[in-house]
Amino acid sequence: MSTAPVVNEKDLNRRVKKARQQVSQNEDLIFEKSSPGKAAWKLAPLDVPEVDSAALLGSIERTDLGNMPEVSEIEIIRHFTRLSTWNYAIDLGMYPLGSCTMKYNARVNEAVARLDGMANAHPYQPEAISQGALRVMKTLSDCLIEITGMDSITLQPAAGAHGEFTGLLLVRAYLEAQGNPRKRVLIPDSAHGTNPATAATIGYEVQQVASNSSGMLDPAAIAAAMNEDVAAIMVTNPNTIGVFESDIAKIAEIMHAKGGLLYMDGANMNALVGKARPGDFGVDVMHLNLHKTFSTPHGGGGPGSGPVACKKILEPFLPTPVVVEHPDGSLHLNYDRPQSIGRVRAYYGNFGMFVRALAYILANGPDGLRQTTEDAVLNANYIRKGLDGYYDLHYTGQSMHEVVFSDKKQAKRGVKTMDIAKRLIDYGFHPFTTAFPLIVPGALMIEPTESESREELDLFIDAMRAIAAEVDESPEVVTDAPHNTRVSRMDETAAARKPILRWKPGQK
Amino acid sequence: MRYLPKSDSDRTAMMAEIGVGSIDELFACIPAAYRLKRDLNVPRQMAESEIVQWFAQRSHENAEGLTFMVGAGAYHHYRPIVIDALVQRGEFLTSYTPYQAEIAQGTLQAIFEFQSMICELTGMEVANASMYDASTAAVEAIMMAERVTGRSGAIVARSVHPEHREVIATYAKYQGMTVGEVNFAANGRVDAAALEAALASAAAGGNPIACVLVQSPNFFGTIEDVAGIAEITHKAGALLAVSITEAISLGIVKPPVEADIVAMEAQSFGVPLAFGGPYCGVLATREKFVRQMPGRLAGQASDKQGRRGFVLTLATREQHIRREKATSNICTNQALVALMATIFMTVYGKVGLRELAKQNLAKGAYAAETLGQAGELLFPGAPRFHEFALRTKSDPEQIRQTLALKKIVGGLPLAKYYPELGNASLWCATETTSRVAIDAAAEAIR
Amino acid sequence: MAYPSDFQYTKEHEWIKMEGNVATVGITDYAQSSLGDIVFVELPAVGAELTAGATFGSVESVKAVSDLFAPATGTVTAINDDLTHAPEKLNSDAHGSWLLKMDLKGAPTGLLTAAEYEAFLAEEGH
Repeated sequence: MSTAPVVNEKDLNRRVKKARQQVSQNEDLIFEKSSPGKAAWKLAPLDVPEVDSAALLGSIERTDLGNMPEVSEIEIIRHFTRLSTWNYAIDLGMYPLGSCTMKYNARVNEAVARLDGMANAHPYQPEAISQGALRVMKTLSDCLIEITGMDSITLQPAAGAHGEFTGLLLVRAYLEAQGNPRKRVLIPDSAHGTNPATAATIGYEVQQVASNSSGMLDPAAIAAAMNEDVAAIMVTNPNTIGVFESDIAKIAEIMHAKGGLLYMDGANMNALVGKARPGDFGVDVMHLNLHKTFSTPHGGGGPGSGPVACKKILEPFLPTPVVVEHPDGSLHLNYDRPQSIGRVRAYYGNFGMFVRALAYILANGPDGLRQTTEDAVLNANYIRKGLDGYYDLHYTGQSMHEVVFSDKKQAKRGVKTMDIAKRLIDYGFHPFTTAFPLIVPGALMIEPTESESREELDLFIDAMRAIAAEVDESPEVVTDAPHNTRVSRMDETAAARKPILRWKPGQK
Repeated sequence: MRYLPKSDSDRTAMMAEIGVGSIDELFACIPAAYRLKRDLNVPRQMAESEIVQWFAQRSHENAEGLTFMVGAGAYHHYRPIVIDALVQRGEFLTSYTPYQAEIAQGTLQAIFEFQSMICELTGMEVANASMYDASTAAVEAIMMAERVTGRSGAIVARSVHPEHREVIATYAKYQGMTVGEVNFAANGRVDAAALEAALASAAAGGNPIACVLVQSPNFFGTIEDVAGIAEITHKAGALLAVSITEAISLGIVKPPVEADIVAMEAQSFGVPLAFGGPYCGVLATREKFVRQMPGRLAGQASDKQGRRGFVLTLATREQHIRREKATSNICTNQALVALMATIFMTVYGKVGLRELAKQNLAKGAYAAETLGQAGELLFPGAPRFHEFALRTKSDPEQIRQTLALKKIVGGLPLAKYYPELGNASLWCATETTSRVAIDAAAEAIR
Repeated sequence: MAYPSDFQYTKEHEWIKMEGNVATVGITDYAQSSLGDIVFVELPAVGAELTAGATFGSVESVKAVSDLFAPATGTVTAINDDLTHAPEKLNSDAHGSWLLKMDLKGAPTGLLTAAEYEAFLAEEGH
């Protein structure tokens, strides 16, 4: 590798192999393309009598829709297509965001979710003509119960954090039924931010427990913190540094001995499916993220789906309704559950995501699910090996599906994890997760998932090594990055001081 | 497995590179007792053709080609073809939350346009990038009002969607939040005198209420007197949150500009019914309350060269920074569904949305009149949008069974939620409900 | 940065200037520089009762929030409205940009002099 300093534009990209700059279209806001009289709609003729809206509505009639746009269909197609080309996506390449599990989203999932009986089913249509939808829910439930090793499940929560809320409510209801809901929840300092936020929402105090010097849960520290005031501990396993908590069963025993429960954040299930089951190592309740492990698309930030699986003791408290099968094979929604925590969402959850997740499970089968997990772990370890020596490995426990480096070496040259992340964009990759988990200062958290070929992984390793070299030769190339994007770094400070959160006429 | 891009020789080479002899060595960190030594008991691996077949069968079991005469918070409207053509572009479908603004300008600009359109339609000053759905948005609206006012508790109209009230009850139970209810009057609207009395009695008891929550059009399809309710609410120093579950109504019904918070369901804007989700909740409010609003926000910004762009902003309200002090634990939102809604709003736009709403108004009026001749139309004397409650001689459940045979989904029986209404059911007609179907429903009721 | 000798300081990086029974409170230059670009300041209402050591508001940068801890017990008599519109003033002049004024209830305890505060910063490795 050459050590000549990178000085000019031409040299800037000499190490970049995966990507090349391309012309992309400019596009204003849709409001700025609007002009009166343009239209992209046409209604069918009305087959009932016209009404006099003024007579029907009187003073509450609306006659003016303000600055809503007026544009034609071709402009709409171009507008949103142009916007789409400004996004990075899994469909374009590797998305190594740690803890986010950005894997391939199969297109058959989209196709089956759009079948008439799936897409156009009303949540309140009679059960007799909802058997297909209920069968999807039942089959998915059965599969997820088997995968997690738990006894029961609710599909109702709309996302991971909503699942955490539901799961902790189950814990609270269970303890209340025994006479004392208790006061506190233990949360490791390596946890996702949603964990403490959720505990607080339910009225529990958060007690942080420190990880040990290897970044792992410390059974002694947990035993010291555990008493009759503690309701549960929220654990992510593998943890957020990608290492399996080998003392997990011991921790379950510590909790159970004093009447507390073990909650598992299932964000990292992609390291376990088909290889180990949380129900077998002492977990009482956990949520899954269908938009991570089970390949439903992230869609730029949602929708997600966060089913909650639990042991028998928590089953009576699950949200209403639950799907039950009658002896004749027909499926029904059971609302008669006196101990239930109640509803956490209207209707039955993000059904469209259930369809996609089930399609993923059917495409894999038991052998495919296991191979998927093995490949995910193989990929993370391959990257770890490839970047060893180039970046500092803060904790050295055995990696599973993700690996967490730190910017310790680069920080000496004034380059931080976010700078490396931004430079990676120039190399044609989405950045890794930066600055999380909090227990690793300057973290680079990398999760390749199973969806990357060896070639793509080699390009990634190559890019990361090249950036490490740039940090030594000309750190400003990294700290000023990205250079090849449509826009450079945004002034987030100005945006937060004087927020502009909507378009108004005359505003540019 | 066809989604996995590796040959066995790739795997062998990679293991050699790592320095392990078998894949099992990479799982040695899991204590042997917990390693699964058998196949998972899930269906065998299927070909793509089999998967399509499996779901096609489920689709048939569900019945296809239905006409919907039920709404109750989930409405069947025509979805323009361009919506799915655009949201299935991989750059939207398979991208992550736009934290890395330089390579997410497409999603960010689309969110900014969504926020702007929601503000235009609701008459609010700021709107967030979406919530899970209307039921959770309603809960978040109440919790937000508590933060703004420094008070606790809410009064919720009984004409708010019953399942939304159940969700509120679940959240309230564990937060020490008191939730009172206010009944509806004979015309279906909130009983204003009862509301005034409830607010006064809470204040007299030393626990003034933080929030009044109503829905308009309400669960019975009746449009509330929002201005009147706002006056009563504000006089008591509380905030008014208005839930809107039928977004199309905003095309022809004045927006609730007197409200402090709007908690909305945007499902009607181009989002499939999908047996209840995913949908698209939204919160909108006054600018002065923005820092108490949960959920993501896109804001306009400039890059180093002064070019306009967009970023996620005011993130310090959120869980990944504030942890247990966050305004909400919400993380994932409904970005792709919000994109569907944005495209729908763009397709219909300033003129089309009003015309579409007017057709819905006409269909609802015709259905109410026609079915009203076969049964008894409840709550006369107040304006409606396109839903109405109807009392029938026969059991509404039986009417539904009869209509299901004709591929019509009939009105939702209300006895479960409002026992005092007897044999009542909730009906709806949108632009997709044909006159033929409405006439057939009237026939079945008679 | 010199720390004014007519101020007293807390280990939570606030300064307090006392004139009789009236105190003026702000954040130290160290606090503003470790937070980075400040984008928002949340302050209590006039009339609010503060308790020494308890949180009374927060200061935000783009990606971090810092709670403010009351250096003394008393009643808020004025807040600095300038900061609502121009929080950046805390960055440019932390010691000249006060947050609030309060009527003290009893004499505050445990405050540091300028020299002690600077020694504290040095000790903490700042």
